[in-house]
Order: sequence, then structure tokens, then C-alpha cells
Amino acid sequence: MSTTTKILILVFLTLSLSGLFLFYNLPNSWEYALERRGFKVASMIVVGCCIAYSSVVFQTLTNNKILTPSIMGFEAVYMLFQTLIVFIYGDQTFQVIKNSGNFFISVGLMMVFALLLFVLIFKKGKSNMYFLLLIGLVLGTIFTTMSSFLQLVIDPNEFLIVEQKMFASFNRMNIDIFWYALGFMILCFIIGFRKLRHLDLISLGRENAINLGLDYNKSIKFYLFIIAVLVAVSTALVGPLTFLGILVTNLTYELFKTYKHIILIPCCCLVSAVAILGGQFLVEQVFNFNTTISIIINFIGGLYFMFLLLKVRKV
Amino acid sequence: MKISQLIILLFLLVILSIFVGVSDISLLNFLKWDEQQRLVMVISRIPRTAALILAGVGMSVCGLIMQQMTQNRFVSPTTAGSLDAAKMGILASLIFIPQAGLWFKSLFAFGFTFLASIIFLKIADRIRYRNVIFIPIVGLMFGGILNSITTFFAYKNDIVQNVNAWMMGDFSGVLQGQYELIYFSVPAVVITYLYANKFTLVGMGEDFSKNLGLNYRAVMNIGLFCVSLTVSVVVLTIGTIPFLGLVVPNIVSVLFGDNLKNTLPITAIFGAIFLLICDILGRLIIFPFEIPIGMTVGLIGGVIFLILLIRQRS
Repeated sequence: MSTTTKILILVFLTLSLSGLFLFYNLPNSWEYALERRGFKVASMIVVGCCIAYSSVVFQTLTNNKILTPSIMGFEAVYMLFQTLIVFIYGDQTFQVIKNSGNFFISVGLMMVFALLLFVLIFKKGKSNMYFLLLIGLVLGTIFTTMSSFLQLVIDPNEFLIVEQKMFASFNRMNIDIFWYALGFMILCFIIGFRKLRHLDLISLGRENAINLGLDYNKSIKFYLFIIAVLVAVSTALVGPLTFLGILVTNLTYELFKTYKHIILIPCCCLVSAVAILGGQFLVEQVFNFNTTISIIINFIGGLYFMFLLLKVRKV
Repeated sequence: MKISQLIILLFLLVILSIFVGVSDISLLNFLKWDEQQRLVMVISRIPRTAALILAGVGMSVCGLIMQQMTQNRFVSPTTAGSLDAAKMGILASLIFIPQAGLWFKSLFAFGFTFLASIIFLKIADRIRYRNVIFIPIVGLMFGGILNSITTFFAYKNDIVQNVNAWMMGDFSGVLQGQYELIYFSVPAVVITYLYANKFTLVGMGEDFSKNLGLNYRAVMNIGLFCVSLTVSVVVLTIGTIPFLGLVVPNIVSVLFGDNLKNTLPITAIFGAIFLLICDILGRLIIFPFEIPIGMTVGLIGGVIFLILLIRQRS
């Protein structure tokens, strides 16, 4: 099968799944339902693209196919903030901090965290991606410990507010936030698009990329920043989806055996959209909301990660 | 610092730990204690201090063996998924056989930890020569997966908050009659001491250790057995204490070098000292309330680990 056919099939799948999602079992008051579902589909595609883009780029930067940027500690920062506001305001949380306020503060905090991390690592000149990752993970573990402590003290009824945030969900979509997220994403995609070819060079490895005339450190910093924005936006929009990145990128690599990011990234966005749409459809229509999509994705993605670790010799 | 000084420090901290607490008991009028004060000592203070020492010794020795077996300074129960596996085992026993006693729970926790350690070692074995920093990353992700499975079942049974509460390392619940399980870590630590050098050899690789006439499989299994036993009893009686097994051996190696025969006892004592200090701090900061040990060690240990990481690099 040629690349074009594969892409066409993916586009077809995305469109038909969106259609299925929009029109399946439409109730009588269809206008309202359609509007809600429309936003839901759109937000799933936005989140899918954010995760796909950031994961592919991150894996190229780290030269490693089993990592995903969200493990760098972003989600821990997000959870700590969500726990903290519930700890302070209790059941008043919704009145004190509006949804859009929460979104912007979350994104802002995650960005501050990312910048601090980058400053800490790049101050010493030579950049080591694994080192960056380990520092992020350790900070993440510290934040998680702090969140668990606060969650221990929170009133069980109020804990339910925190629990909702622990699992990604497309059902509590907020329309205002969606437009902000879309704006952020498009901005990142446009800025990133001009330098997309640099990624092909980076995938050759540090030495080769420098030999070919690339300002390696500058490119890495530039793309890390874009990744940070995208991960922050998608996490603040729906919540943590840790292992989706590993799943969709590796599927994409299997489907398209190419190194060209101009093909890889859009295709990964499609794969990721198909995965989320399909997963959410299963959750709603087959499991009747008995589980959440983030649990399904973490389950499958986590198992797939283990499979990759144990099967593939070259990790 | 000599080992004798460490022992004196440990002794002082033990005294301090016994006499810090809400109910006012003074060492000086030892003879004038009434019945109630004596009970507080026997039921709460002494068991707590004993548990602190055992957990401190056990977890730091575990970290040291794991580091020897993988030849990687950044491996420990926290960064190898062992804590998460023990947590998963306890939850599984609670869900599948809720009426079972403590014995079954510990058996479950032990089984899960053992299995997870085997899987982790298999993974670490494959990537050892690539990158020292990569192994703990994979271990932390491995732990993350186990944790997400645990959370899934906790969510299904609507006990997410309870599970978090149980698993937070906390010594305030240590009372006579409820903590004795932790004594099972003593034989594990003794075995470790006897086998210490063999663990180092095993860490050099399968072929190398076989050439030296070592039964590779057997030694590996003994190591895993000791680690899993200690981790599971500590998690069951106290809860998870992140970074303890990671930070203590690293500090000891910075201060005292890497000769295992010398550093093993120092690591053990240092672990107990570290845990005692953290616990006493946790008890004093918001006196008369307490900050759980999982929080204090997680914070202090995490920061120390970051400093060690950055130092090691420059």
C-alpha cells in the first residue's frame, strides 16, 4: 500500500468515526445534542493532535521511541494545582476559580515548571535529554507525594472534585476553553511548521545534525518549548492522558516507515484522533460510561509500553 | 565520621524519638512514671521507634543491594516500581479476598513485588550498557503503569482516597500488636549482609559471575527475595516511603566510598538515622499534630536526590 492510500484510509476513518460519533443514537432534541457532540469531537481532535505532535517531536529529540513528554512532570504539576485549590477553597472551588481561570493558571504553572526545568538543565551548556527527563520525573514524584498528602487531609466529599480531575474526560468540556486551546495549538503548529525539516536532521543524532550545519542546542530548546505548550494545553483541557503518546507514535512508525516529519506528524495526528474517537465511542456506547477513557488508554498504552520494553531489543 | 560516632548519634536519636510526643513523659523521673505513662511507652513509643529503625535499615539496605545488582546508582525501590507493585498487591488482596488476614495480605504484596522486581531486572539487563540515567526513567515509568492499574481498580471500587491514605508512609499508626510483621525484614537484612559481596559480583553480569564460580540464578533470586520481603512488609505496616532506599546509599557512598563490606553496616545505621530525623521533624513541625513520614522523606529525600544528580553531573 502506498503512503497516499494509507493516509486516505486514515482520513476516511477519522471522518467516519466523527460522523458516527455525531449522529449515532441522536435524541429528539437533536440541535442541542449535535452542538455538544460537535464540540466534543472537535476537542478530541485537538487533544489528539497536541499529543501526537508533542510525542513525535519529543521522541525525535530524545532519539527514543518509548518515551512520552507527559512523564516529564507536567501532569504532577497539574494534579498538585488541582488538589491545592480544592484543599484551600473546598466546595467553593467552582465559585472562586472559573473554568477558564483554572485553564490559564494550569497552563501557566506548567509552563513555569517547564522553563525552570530547561533553565536548570541548559545553564550548564551541554544538553542531555535523559538527564532532563530524570530531573522532571523526580520533581514529578515529589509533587505527587505532596498531592497525596493534601488529598489525605481533604474532606471525602470534596475529594470527589479532585478525583474527577485525576482522570481525563471529554464529558466536562467547556466551550470557552476549547477556543483558547485551539488557538494555542494552531499557533504552535504554525511556528513549528517552518522548522519541521530540522527535525529530520535531529533524528540523525547530535553529531550528524551539527555537522550538517544545524544549531543543535537552539533547535532543541525551540522544540522543547513547543512541546511544553502543547502538553500543558492538552492536560489543562481534558486531564492527564499519560500513555497515549507512546501508543500512537509507535503505531504511526509501524504504518509509515519513514523518517520525514512532514509525513510522520500529520499521520500521527490522524492515528491519535482515530484512537481517541474510537476509544470514547466505546466508553460511551459499549461500556455505557462505566469507565473513563483515560483508564482504557493507560491500560492499553501501559501494556504496549511493557511489550515494547520486553520485546524490542534495542530500546 | 567514624562508625562509632554514627552509633552514638543513632543512640541519641532513639532516646529523642522515644521521648518526643503529645503525652508528656520525661526521662528524668523515670522511676515516678504512673501506669498510664508506662502504657504509652510500651504500646506506642517503643514500637514506633523500633519500627523506625527497622524500616530505615531495611529500605536503605534494599536500595543498596538493588544498586549493586544492577550496577546503577539510581536504582531503588522507588525507581524500580517495587513500591508500586507492593501497593498493587495489597489492593489486590483487599479486593479479591477482603476477609483474609494480615498473612495473606503480606503474601500478596510479597508476590507482586517479587514479580515486578524480576520484570524490572529483565528490562534493566537489556538496557544496561546504553545509559545509566535511562534505567531509572524506565523504572519510574514502569511504576507509573502499575500505579495506573492500581488506581483503575481503586476507582472501580470507589476507594481512591482511602488507598492513597493507607499507602502514605505513616508511623503514627504503629502500635504494639499491629506492627510486628516488620520484624520479618530482620532475617532479610542478615542474609543480605552474608551475601553482600556476591551481589556485587552478580551485578557484573551473568557470564562474569559464572566464570568466578557463582551460581548466578540462585544469588539473583536470593537478592530479589530479600528485597521483596523487606519492601512488602514495610509497605504493609508503614506505607510507601519514597526515595529512602535511593538517597541513603548514595549519601553513604559520597561520604564513605564504595567498599561494600564497610559501607553496608554504615548504610544500615545511616538509614535508621535519616528516618529517625525525618520522623522527629514531622512530629515537631506542626506539634501536636503530625506530618506523615511519606511526605517528609519524599520531600527531603527528593531534594537531596536532585542535588546528588546535579552534583554528579558537573
